[in-house]
Amino acid sequence: MTDITLPFVPPLDAGGESYLDEGHTILSWLTTTDHKRIAILYALSITVFFFIGGVAIGLVRLELISPTGLFLTSDEYNRLFTIHGIIMVWFFLVPSIPATMGNFILPMMIGAPDVAFPRLNLMSWYLYVGGAAFTIYVLFSGGVDTGWTFYPPFSSDYSHSNVIGAAAGVFIVGFSSIATGVNFLATIHMLRCPGMTWLRLPLFAWSMYVVSMVMVLATPVLGMSLLLISAQRLFGLPIFDPSAGGDPLLFQHLFWFYSHPAVYIMILPAMGVVSEVFTCFARRRLFGYGFMVFALIMIGVVGFMVWGHHMFVAGQSPLANLVFSFLSFIVAVPSAIKVFNWTATLYRGHIGFEAPMIYALGFLGLFTIGGLTGLFLASVPIDIAATDSYFVVAHFHTIMVGGTVSAFMAGIHYWWPKVTGKLYNEFWAQFAAITMFLGFNVTFLPQFVMGWLGMPRRYHYYPDVFQIWHILSSGGAVILGAAYLMPLVYLTWSLFYGEKSPDNPWHATGLEWQTPSPPPKSNFLRPPRIDADPYDYHDFGRAAETGDESRARPQGDAS
Amino acid sequence: MTETAGALREPWPDLRLQREGVGLGMWIFLASEVLFFGSLFCGYAVYRTFNVEAFRIAGAHTEIVYGSINTVLLLTSSLTMTIALRAATAELRNLTLYCLAATAALGAAFVLCKGLEYHEDLKQHLFPGLHFPLSPPATQMFWGFYWIMTGIHAVHLTGGIVVVLVVFTLFKRRVIPVQGSTMEGVAIYWHFVDSVWLVLYPLLYLAGRP
Amino acid sequence: MNISQFNTEASDYATKVDHLFYLESIISGLVVLLVSGLIIVFFALYYRGSRMPRGEVPERKSREIEIGWTVATLFSFLFIFWWAASDQLTALAPPKDALEIHVVAKQWMWRFQHPSGAREIDELHVPAHTDVRLAMTSQDVIHDLYLPALRLKQDILPDRYTYEWFNATKTGIFHFTCAEFCGTDHSIMAGSLVIMTPEDYARWTAAQPEGDDLAHQGKALFLSLGCSGCHTPGSSVHAPDLNGVYGHVVHLSDGSTRTADEAYLRDCMLLPDSTRVAGFPPIMPNFTGAVDEGQIVELVAYIKSLSTDQDAGAQDQSPGGQQ
Repeated sequence: MTDITLPFVPPLDAGGESYLDEGHTILSWLTTTDHKRIAILYALSITVFFFIGGVAIGLVRLELISPTGLFLTSDEYNRLFTIHGIIMVWFFLVPSIPATMGNFILPMMIGAPDVAFPRLNLMSWYLYVGGAAFTIYVLFSGGVDTGWTFYPPFSSDYSHSNVIGAAAGVFIVGFSSIATGVNFLATIHMLRCPGMTWLRLPLFAWSMYVVSMVMVLATPVLGMSLLLISAQRLFGLPIFDPSAGGDPLLFQHLFWFYSHPAVYIMILPAMGVVSEVFTCFARRRLFGYGFMVFALIMIGVVGFMVWGHHMFVAGQSPLANLVFSFLSFIVAVPSAIKVFNWTATLYRGHIGFEAPMIYALGFLGLFTIGGLTGLFLASVPIDIAATDSYFVVAHFHTIMVGGTVSAFMAGIHYWWPKVTGKLYNEFWAQFAAITMFLGFNVTFLPQFVMGWLGMPRRYHYYPDVFQIWHILSSGGAVILGAAYLMPLVYLTWSLFYGEKSPDNPWHATGLEWQTPSPPPKSNFLRPPRIDADPYDYHDFGRAAETGDESRARPQGDAS
Repeated sequence: MTETAGALREPWPDLRLQREGVGLGMWIFLASEVLFFGSLFCGYAVYRTFNVEAFRIAGAHTEIVYGSINTVLLLTSSLTMTIALRAATAELRNLTLYCLAATAALGAAFVLCKGLEYHEDLKQHLFPGLHFPLSPPATQMFWGFYWIMTGIHAVHLTGGIVVVLVVFTLFKRRVIPVQGSTMEGVAIYWHFVDSVWLVLYPLLYLAGRP
Repeated sequence: MNISQFNTEASDYATKVDHLFYLESIISGLVVLLVSGLIIVFFALYYRGSRMPRGEVPERKSREIEIGWTVATLFSFLFIFWWAASDQLTALAPPKDALEIHVVAKQWMWRFQHPSGAREIDELHVPAHTDVRLAMTSQDVIHDLYLPALRLKQDILPDRYTYEWFNATKTGIFHFTCAEFCGTDHSIMAGSLVIMTPEDYARWTAAQPEGDDLAHQGKALFLSLGCSGCHTPGSSVHAPDLNGVYGHVVHLSDGSTRTADEAYLRDCMLLPDSTRVAGFPPIMPNFTGAVDEGQIVELVAYIKSLSTDQDAGAQDQSPGGQQ
């Protein structure tokens, strides 16, 4: 790739105004094309939906305290877990890190003044809002009860709920994903500052690149699968109807062809964040930069080849089962490498215990456990017993919640001073992080146990032998819920009463830190330039014996 | 110089890079469209493999005259679009405007022709459901795909026509200069919509015929 | 109910699955211990302010370590895959002479039909130490018959047969349940799997009220629905002879071939245009809506019996005989 020389346009706000001061009206926010403001619009939206999805599952976990239920009908129960899945996957997890941190940090990290297509970026957010509007409408019109997986014939011909509304909401928000992916790919290709070669890109930038590729290529297939379900439901077109030569399994293949890469959409950004946090808070270069980049790419590519492991008992051939099982074991290798490399990054570091580091450690432990349980499910005989049980539920929550949400929290806390110019309260943040880790384990470890014992998923009523596990899990969910509310409180508090942050409170080396916090609208006061590798926390060959804070070489205009 | 200055948008440092960027962005978007239509074609291919006879019977009832006229219209519109793009790069403003208008007109003619064809199809009850005239049952599958494939293509084409008209207006009122990066993106998209039709045509119109 | 109805190892296959689970648990446990152990050690030694030496790790050593753990991981994963795949492959092919029980799943109940003619709802009696094959279909949406004590489940689809097979080694009453979300009462679409000794099973079967076995009932349908009108050697209508057809390869009119198994015979009745045998006129009526799944099961059982009773002679078994 060519080195780009950006002729620099001096900003109008060279006096020190931040992006937050560029217009104080709501309209200025709703019509902004500044990637930083769009990131904040996204952050507010996904937080709202995170709590809606959380309330839904809170009601579910409350109901599950009794094997015969407490206050819900089965139809209400089915609608609650369905909307929990739809909201958490498409309206929280998929956009979470890319749309918030990707939008805010990525351009700054590579020395760009904005993303490649700022107006498209705003349209991405409005597409999210459009999809979200459909979802709210579905909530008020009685909900949808097909599970987030929309399998026909139930979804196309038997469900008495608002399947079309839900499908439309997901379809629209899918285009938000695609637009963001297009934007980030073009940004990384074309707007890197002088000296920012591909192999000097920080891991977070690489993770945004790979996740964008996956979003662009996988999401359309989801769109088509939902469109076909809607066509069958609305117009009676017999696409998945066996009596007209159709096959419900075609839907499953199309759906999972997207939804497996989707789980990588949800984890790759988390991996990128965690690489930034470990290096900064251990003050150490990333162990094995090249292997880490290669691992991200391999996960993104091979992730497209394993969708059939969701269909081992669906009625596909044994040969297909064998092939998908094999490829699923292969795709686990790069993830394992990343776990070892993160651990090794701590070796000989100067390790701190700030909240971002605690969250990143939580990610490391839980992602390891979640990933290992994935190997269980990649083994066909175990999967035949464990699929559609709480074992699977625990597996994916361990990675999505224990993994991605932990990393999301790590990133929020790490970049909070950058975005807001304020410092959060470290004690409460550490307390919340530890509470979250404990609450998570109490919620989901019992689910692994009861899943293997035979407790099926999506069950309103259940055999009473499993009650003790459900009660444990619901108790954990209360702790987890409290842990999620805490950041809401102390982070909001810091906006109004928090200590003002220096420009680079963590003495981090990333380019995004070599500029004021909060940054000016054009991101940089002087033209950014890179002439060193990322994570330059210590010199090569020099033994940092004394344990002093290693100095970060100033490369921009950090004060 | 002032004309082109209006074409340059944030955050691009110069117009050449911006054009390259818009081109790159549009190609990436097209990759997603390839998978969108591709998954539909995949479904068609799978069902055709398992219902060869039924698809042959069903395919013989598509209106090949309408389909062929539409192919000619769309191919010609791609020609006019190509000329428009070349004209824009060479800063020939009037030629660009004429060709954009012609492209939109040909696109609209396609949609009109498609509408007439749909009317004809519906008169013969060729919509899966109660009065569907053909057998065996899998002929309904072919026709289900017919309506979805041509329908989604028509939606994409209509979107393209709207964009062409909007861009035409922006050029005409000199809001943006023709030599900016907009033509690049519009042209690439239009050619894609045409290419999709070039796949649809044989699948739907030529498949059932000797 | 108690947990043994779920987690008993009720077959040798179930034991193998549990052994694979233990293997993976041990390997996973070791990995978790290794990673968490290293993290704890590194934190202890290298917390900010400690006086441990912190020199650079040489480039070549880094490379060796990287390659080392990549290869180790790859080999461990391939080992687990090989173990799992072996288990999967040995459990693949159901034996030829399995006891075949037909399962019809519908919202929100289970119907089982034994070859003897016995019928059950939401309860399944099977003999131990016998190969049992379940031929399953759904009347509406996708269901799944989950047999936890046998560590088995299989999705059940409409208009298609899917199969599970097992050889149970423990008697007792176990739980089965639906494991593919199917609507409102998905969570109560369950029942009991009763595994009995073969003798008890024979006694149980004999005691069931339904006297006629499936094949006999199928023969009665074959006559009453008019099938015998065409599918008789002496018929004036040119239709395939069904004697001995089950299990053989059939050449279709579109040039393809199919094996005449349960699925094919079912398709013949419901999708006659796509199953027409080469050389025969397209006059087979479509029985969609005229027969339900249970009747299809009986007709298929009858046609199957025409293969096994070949040597019983034309006397009683040939269709449309002098009755």
